[in-house]
Amino acid sequence: MGDLRSAPLPPVGRDDHVRGPAAAPLVVVYGDYECPYCAALELQLHGLAVRIAFRHFPVKGTHPRAFAAACAAEAAAEQGAFWPMHDALFADQGRLEDPHLWARAERLGLDVARFDADRRADAAAARVKAQFLGGVRAGVPTTPTLFLDGVRHPGRPDDALLGRLANLAVRSRV
Amino acid sequence: MGIVEPGRPAPDFSLARHEGKPFTRAGLEGRTTFLVFYPNAFSPVCTDQLSVYHEVLDELREAGMDVMYGVSCDSTWSQQAFREQLGIDGIEMLSDWEPKGAACRAFGVLHPAGMPERAIVLVGPDAVVRWSHLAASPGDLPGANLLFDALASHART
Repeated sequence: MGDLRSAPLPPVGRDDHVRGPAAAPLVVVYGDYECPYCAALELQLHGLAVRIAFRHFPVKGTHPRAFAAACAAEAAAEQGAFWPMHDALFADQGRLEDPHLWARAERLGLDVARFDADRRADAAAARVKAQFLGGVRAGVPTTPTLFLDGVRHPGRPDDALLGRLANLAVRSRV
Repeated sequence: MGIVEPGRPAPDFSLARHEGKPFTRAGLEGRTTFLVFYPNAFSPVCTDQLSVYHEVLDELREAGMDVMYGVSCDSTWSQQAFREQLGIDGIEMLSDWEPKGAACRAFGVLHPAGMPERAIVLVGPDAVVRWSHLAASPGDLPGANLLFDALASHART
């Protein structure tokens, strides 16, 4: 990827992992599975009933297992289990070594051999890297970084932003 | 005094490399260089900033950068430990330890608290400043996209 100059947030598309009520406000989250603040944000957003598009932003220096964990989530997605793996990764961030990833796959009922091949495949790494570089271009400087209505909110969201999300989520239900 | 402006020659300065040898203005000549001034080794924001920049070093080189240095007022030992902890061996650290903050002052990025502001300076091979960026506050983290913008706009001017 040559050009990494500033660019708008990549639009949410078919390659994205999205969940939440269709009418709820859409939040794009750049995070990594080894980042404790990202795990905390997940819980906060769950409680707010927003629609979430999660994108990978693994940074090896800070979180050496983040890239492998992101590839594991993408491999699970090949078997229709992105979100269960996503939740399982965030639920136990102290266990992200290979045997822990296999154990998760097994627990989720995945074909573990296929999962293991997929998470090591170039395609998974390419998807993760593409999301990371798209985030770099959109100005993501850290994890978590959250985009609401295209506006960037780097770092842990403050009470004002969480309150705004809560209000939007409530309004989407009435 | 504000941060050194584009078009100005880089000021004279002396920083310490991790093995203790000095790094001076002459070290900037012949290469397109980013000087990344960061407030404190091991602090969370500096950790994030340098980790992300390290992640895109190859792409920065493709875009015209030759070398990136991290600059702080920490001792060379602290800087080296920080670098090893993060595994960012592609970013050399330069220490503004003694006289403390003198180089930061020369570049106009010494924070009143005795540490560097969060600032980035792009210097051309002729040791002239091409671009500079001073974060709104030390907690404000410049994305790596700004580095690519700077290289695209200014590296070859």
